[in-house]
Amino acid sequence: MKVRIHVSLKPGVLDPQGRAVHHALEGLGYDGVKDVRIGRQVEMDVADDTGDAALDEMCRRLLANTVIEDYRIEKVGVA
Amino acid sequence: MKSAVITFPGSNCDRDMAVALRQVSGRDPLRVWHGDADLPDGLDFIALPGGFSYGDYLRSGAMAANSPIMRSVAAAAARGVPVLGVCNGFQVLTEAGLLPGALMRNARQTFICRTVELRVENAESRFTRAYEPGETIRIPVAHHDGNYYADQTVLDRLEGEGRVAFRYLDNANGSQRDIAGILNEAGNVLGMMPHPERAVEEAHGGTDGRRLFEGALRELVG
Repeated sequence: MKVRIHVSLKPGVLDPQGRAVHHALEGLGYDGVKDVRIGRQVEMDVADDTGDAALDEMCRRLLANTVIEDYRIEKVGVA
Repeated sequence: MKSAVITFPGSNCDRDMAVALRQVSGRDPLRVWHGDADLPDGLDFIALPGGFSYGDYLRSGAMAANSPIMRSVAAAAARGVPVLGVCNGFQVLTEAGLLPGALMRNARQTFICRTVELRVENAESRFTRAYEPGETIRIPVAHHDGNYYADQTVLDRLEGEGRVAFRYLDNANGSQRDIAGILNEAGNVLGMMPHPERAVEEAHGGTDGRRLFEGALRELVG
C-alpha cells in the first residue's frame, strides 16, 4: 500500500522559508500570492494490512514533531 | 568521576566536548556510540555533543533521538544523572522529549557562526551555579536550526519555574523570548545552542564556558 504523509508547520508557527519564497514570488511579479507555507511529504510503501493506528503512531513518534508540525495521512492506493 | 560523551553519526563536537570534560575533571570521559543499547555503569555525567547527527535528515536531532542509546540516556536522566546537550545535543533532547519545545530553522534562514553574549538567567542550577545571576558571558554559537519554539503556556511555565538558563542579548536566530538554553523540571538536564566546550581555554578567545563544566562537575572532581 502506498501512503503519503503530509507534514506542515502548525498555523501560527513562523515559516521563514515560506516567507522567503513568498517574497521571491512577489519579486517575479505574482502579486496575488497571500501566503506561502512549506512542508514535507513522506512517501511510504507499507504492508497492505498496516492499520491506521500504526500509521498515526509513526507520524507522532518520528515523522512529525507535533510541537510545531501537523500531519495528514493520505492512502494513495493498494499496489 | 565517570562521564560519557555520546557520538552519533555526524556528531562533530564530540572530541571538543571530551577535551573540555578532561580539562576540568582530570579524567578522560568514556566514548559511547549511538548504536550501543546500554550506557556504562555508574556514570556521573552525560554529554550530547554538537554536530549534524544523521545529516539533520527529517529534522535536526529527530533520528538521533530515536537511536538505541537514547533510551538509556532518558532512563539515566530520570534517575537524576546530569545530562548536558549542546547545539545538536539540545535538538536531540527536545526531539527525545527530555526538554520541551523544538528548535526550528533560524528566522533569517542563515547559518550563524560567531561568539554571542548571553545573560545567565538562572545561577542556581548545577550547570550555572559557577556564574553570577544576570552575568553576561561570551560563548560561540554555530547553527542553522537554533530558533527555539514552544507555545506560550510552555514558555510561561519555563519562566515561572526558573528553567530558562541562558538568554541571548542579541537574538540572532529568532528564538522565542531570546531563549538560548533551558533546564528540565528536575534541573539535571540542560540543553543549550551555544557551545561552552569551545570556550574553556584562552586559546579559544575566552573561557566563559569553562565555569559551566566547573559548576556541573564540582562535587564529582576530587
